[in-house]
Amino acid sequence: MNFPFVKYYKIHYFLISILIIASIACLFILGLNLGIDFLGGTIWEFQFENRPDNAIIQEKLNKFDLGEIIIQPTGEKGIILRFKDIDENVHQQMLSSLNEISKVEEGRFESIGPTIGKELRNKTITLIVISLISLLIYIAVAFRKLSWPISGWQYGLVSIITLAIDVIIPVFVLILLGKFNNVQFNIPIVAALLTILGYTMNDKVIVFDRVRENILRTRSEDFAGTINQSLNQVISRSLSTGFCTLLVLFSIFFLGGETLKYFSLTLIIGIVVGTYTSLFIASALLISWGRKRIGS
Amino acid sequence: MAFIDRKQTVEKGNYAAKEKSKIRLIVLGIFILLVLAGSLDYPVLWDKAVNWVNSQIGFNLPEFYKLPFRLGLDLQGGTHLVYEANLAGIGEIDRDSSMDGIRDLIERRVNLFGVAEPLVQINKVGDSNRLIIELPGVRDVAEAIEMIGGTPYLEFKEENADGTDFTNTSLTGRFLKSAQLEFDQTTYQPYVTLEFDNEGAKIFADLTKKNIGKRLAIYLDGAPISIPVVNEEIPSGKAQISGQFTQKEAKQLAERLNTGALPVPINLIGQQSIGASLGHDSLTKSLKAGIIGFLAILLFMIISYRLSGFFASISLIIYVLLLLAVFKLVPVTLTLAGIAGFLLSMGMAVDANILIFSRTKEELKNGRNYLDALTNGVKRAWPSIRDGNFTTILVGLILFIFGTSFVKGFALTLVVGNLVNMFSAIVITNYLIKFFFSINGEKIKKLWL
Repeated sequence: MNFPFVKYYKIHYFLISILIIASIACLFILGLNLGIDFLGGTIWEFQFENRPDNAIIQEKLNKFDLGEIIIQPTGEKGIILRFKDIDENVHQQMLSSLNEISKVEEGRFESIGPTIGKELRNKTITLIVISLISLLIYIAVAFRKLSWPISGWQYGLVSIITLAIDVIIPVFVLILLGKFNNVQFNIPIVAALLTILGYTMNDKVIVFDRVRENILRTRSEDFAGTINQSLNQVISRSLSTGFCTLLVLFSIFFLGGETLKYFSLTLIIGIVVGTYTSLFIASALLISWGRKRIGS
Repeated sequence: MAFIDRKQTVEKGNYAAKEKSKIRLIVLGIFILLVLAGSLDYPVLWDKAVNWVNSQIGFNLPEFYKLPFRLGLDLQGGTHLVYEANLAGIGEIDRDSSMDGIRDLIERRVNLFGVAEPLVQINKVGDSNRLIIELPGVRDVAEAIEMIGGTPYLEFKEENADGTDFTNTSLTGRFLKSAQLEFDQTTYQPYVTLEFDNEGAKIFADLTKKNIGKRLAIYLDGAPISIPVVNEEIPSGKAQISGQFTQKEAKQLAERLNTGALPVPINLIGQQSIGASLGHDSLTKSLKAGIIGFLAILLFMIISYRLSGFFASISLIIYVLLLLAVFKLVPVTLTLAGIAGFLLSMGMAVDANILIFSRTKEELKNGRNYLDALTNGVKRAWPSIRDGNFTTILVGLILFIFGTSFVKGFALTLVVGNLVNMFSAIVITNYLIKFFFSINGEKIKKLWL
């Protein structure tokens, strides 16, 4: 098999650029639908014995000072409420108010003050930056023996650029889901994004590893050809591993319950995008950069 | 020449024999590991077998060591509370010891609550000093919060210069030695006497000396309960609170003060409680998802890589048993996030196998026999396996060091999973294949990959 991965690189550049621009535009226009982990607030999940209409619930809760209340029915009898953070007294009062409508069985109650939220926001950004920098350093060290036509740290840079794409596109989908489906951007999602970093980095490393091996072994002058050959050698592994990981993730998505649903969805998107960028974008970037060097 | 040839064959033969016994030893080791890990995960089988053997031969073999899985709050239900301590009135040096004091106090209180394996932790974030309290299985959050934070915070305030307001003094419940319920001899009104420790007595003496003729307010939980006028300096370190109590209230107050007044006020800034049924639901759902994903991977591996895939599947099963045993031994608290990390690591665990098999296929194309191809495949796949797993472990470690509790659980299982999976692909799959191939492998050559 000899599939021309790098031949249509302009199309792939074009495609990915549109996605990136759309993502960034969405990020600024729509913004992330940050969850209570980051903003502070309350999320309360419970089951009614006989679930009333949202309007009745809203009416019962009007006397409490809760700011905007989002009422979301789940399953047959379940309700998820979101509003600002409250203390335990108010929680108990609300509980007895709701019990007047129909018997309530509490599932989950989470109330987080704004300070914790702010800390988490800063922490998350630090986490992502530290991860990216350490990965860059690791690649630069692992590929230090390469100098022609581009050097180890450039492999590192290419992987960081493609990693950023792998994270931005799932975020894009989450922004849309947040807008239209009220999916919240919370800690599990952040964990998923960071895992995407780890997983797709793995993917890129394996491609680069092959390229390194082929360059050192064949000493061929044809950089683009070497890369294309390497991609053809690793593709079956890329697809097999990706497929196995997706098998687990889809099974979590469909069967794993509410909490893990969007966590697994984020990973699914990230892994699909990551496999694509490792095969098509990272290689194209390497070649473009290599050409510049050879040309000059 | 002939002599030399013979010598070489002998050496080759010796080498092959050595290699063979090495393979046998390793496979035996894998088998023992499998039995131990499996028995730790699910001791019932071992116990049954042992009972049977005991009854047959009259031996007295022991039952297997039993360790439970440790489940997080989100899987077994319970309450997670975050308090912030207000240390404004405490000197920089004493802050750590104050926090230790609060922690011990709350621990005592939580233990009274009868919770199995409660956790009370100090968490320092920047300038804030926090307490994280985890109460597995507690359903009545209101009562728990009452128990922990509802303890009286006692402080003494002195009158302002103009007599309109009160200002804080350094005398608080921190210096309290004991409190007692007593009755006024003439009016039979109940009141509470306080006895300070040495340091508290000194402060109290100074305070009373300074404020003779003025009022000294006793505040409980931020509200004044008694504002007596100081008649003289009190060096004994004894004070009394005589508010408008009923006997029951006064008794309760004395008891609460005695169990230990909090040295500093604490504030509930975050809480999370999960009902046991929701936790159980999450557990069964995620396990079901895991089992189905797991079976799908096994199927995929066998279809794609035939017998080699079959042994990779065996090794994946051993991987799962080993990882579960590690979770029990460490022990790792299993949360929903942890299970997600575990399931994900299953998907990634086959990666090393897949890398090795792809390489082996290439080697086969170059005309090598299967075993040589496999040995070479492992050797050539190693840099990729190493670099690839290392990056995942790197991210996992960063998550673990800097992450929050959800992230930590996830990161830990992911990292442990990655380490175990390198071992399982490179040692377990590899040697299982070599062992079974050497038995009768040549005859079914086509089936191996």
